[in-house]
Amino acid sequence: MDSSEIRQLKILAAKARKGAILGTYHAKSGHPGGSLSAADIFTYLYYKEMRVDPENPQWEDRDRFVLSKGHCCPSLYAILALKGYFDWEELTVLRHVGAMLQGHPDMKRTPGIDMSTGSLGQGVSAACGMALAAKLDEKDYRVYTVLGDGEVEEGQVWEAAMFASHNKLDNLVVIVDQNGLQIDGAVEDVAGIEPLDKKFEAFGFEVVKIDGHDFEQIKSALDKAKTVKGKPTAILAKTVKGKGVSFMENQVGWHGVAPNKEQYEAATAELDAQIKELEGEC
Amino acid sequence: MAEVIKKATRESFGEALCELAKENEDIVVFDADLAAATKTSIFQKEYADRFFDCGIAEGNMIGVAAGMAAAGKIPVAASFAMFATGRAFEQIRNSVAYPELNVKIAGSHAGISTGEDGATHQCVEDMGIMRAIPGMVVLNPADHWEMKAATKAAIEYNGPVYIRLGRLAIDSFNDPEDYSFELGKGITLHEGSDVTVIATGLVVNEALKAVRELEAEGISARLINIHTIKPIDREIIAKAARETGRIITVEEHNVVGGLADAVCQVLAEECPVKVTKIGVQDCFGYSGPAWELLDKFGLTQPHIAKVIREVVAEGK
Repeated sequence: MDSSEIRQLKILAAKARKGAILGTYHAKSGHPGGSLSAADIFTYLYYKEMRVDPENPQWEDRDRFVLSKGHCCPSLYAILALKGYFDWEELTVLRHVGAMLQGHPDMKRTPGIDMSTGSLGQGVSAACGMALAAKLDEKDYRVYTVLGDGEVEEGQVWEAAMFASHNKLDNLVVIVDQNGLQIDGAVEDVAGIEPLDKKFEAFGFEVVKIDGHDFEQIKSALDKAKTVKGKPTAILAKTVKGKGVSFMENQVGWHGVAPNKEQYEAATAELDAQIKELEGEC
Repeated sequence: MAEVIKKATRESFGEALCELAKENEDIVVFDADLAAATKTSIFQKEYADRFFDCGIAEGNMIGVAAGMAAAGKIPVAASFAMFATGRAFEQIRNSVAYPELNVKIAGSHAGISTGEDGATHQCVEDMGIMRAIPGMVVLNPADHWEMKAATKAAIEYNGPVYIRLGRLAIDSFNDPEDYSFELGKGITLHEGSDVTVIATGLVVNEALKAVRELEAEGISARLINIHTIKPIDREIIAKAARETGRIITVEEHNVVGGLADAVCQVLAEECPVKVTKIGVQDCFGYSGPAWELLDKFGLTQPHIAKVIREVVAEGK
């Protein structure tokens, strides 16, 4: 990737963050913190990594994405809108009665959503099922899933991890958005999950640790995952909860609280300034 | 009379999966370390490449099955009824039923006839748990032939289905020559005008023997077999209430949440009549040989016959 490509990705990620702020503001609820921490990962997956066609969301040979930490869908919805799966305006009625965009991803209502998720720990199992189906059908599509670091406290994540390595699902990439915070506080204080790298290694995964906001590192980790044979890959992405909006960064209180009008305007202005600066560099 | 086949419905289910897999390459089967018991092992022997043992991890098994269905397969996930519907309830609810994925869940060793293993393994709540989930189809076949037909119907139906399997070998009573299974349709096994017995699953044959026994005593009891607990056949139940008055339900399940409640719901809306509920009376089971337990819980022919006599004597 050259610097202009990276700049473009940064602009897209800032737009996705704007979408997450817009959506949660209009919804008067939702989860901005984790939406912002995972925004760069979503951006890279949908703009560089995955084989998808917004014109044909049900394309059989597409790569699949499962947002196991389903509550962080606002920034994913923004990416899907930017990709053209649906109108950006849908974000202004996020979580409203009759909306296409539900509080947690709904594969029946929303084009581009490959699996309904929201109950933590379940998405990773579904991703295993999709990866196994690809193997059975001798198809070359890959399956990506993003988990929260609080989410790995769920036992089902480790049931799925055992299944993935036992069945040699090398077409599966598990990305943990390690923003370090969960509802009740810091992950290390609530229910320590470390050493997470050693845990995934012990469960038979290839493990790559990266900065989840660095597109070069995201790229190299995903490129490496494609070369790994006979086992799944876990990418442990260190991130900042609330990334991109100064007053939301590293604040546990922004896990599941929507911005009010003032905060919405301040956050949007910050992100607009970032976009303007990035565009100025072009 | 058709030949009587003595076989557990779990075995009929395993055989049916094998037969269906011949025609349908999309069928894949999952188990959670109980293949030998749920009889998915019969499928495993023939189609090892389409069989996956998930180990003792039922929640993940259901999630994997959901992902498979999202990718176009027809996954069948089997475990004991207790662990499939109990341990993995929320995975079934959120990963399968909510997205309406085409997953078939088989719960074996249902009811107290699981026997010696005792209460922890005798699921008397599975139909209630599954029935409460929006859109879930719940099947409880009564003998070998019905299980084979129900398995076929479940595979042909596009959407989530729960199918209840028994451990105990039981006699068949249906005649394959004139038997037909229609999802959501009850079957009148015996005509009658004094009272209607509505039964489901393993105890249908006991109820059938009871109503035949009573015929000789001059008691005319209608018997309806409800193999589809949900969506339930409202018409056949309401018609029976209108024509015979009192209703007796018979199930190897808690009387809370299962057939009795499903029938009462229909009757309350269509034709309120007095209902007598034979089943597990809101308590847990315990260890013992299956037939002794069925007898203790009042689910065998003599007990069912006794209740019918009492109800008819009481009058409408």
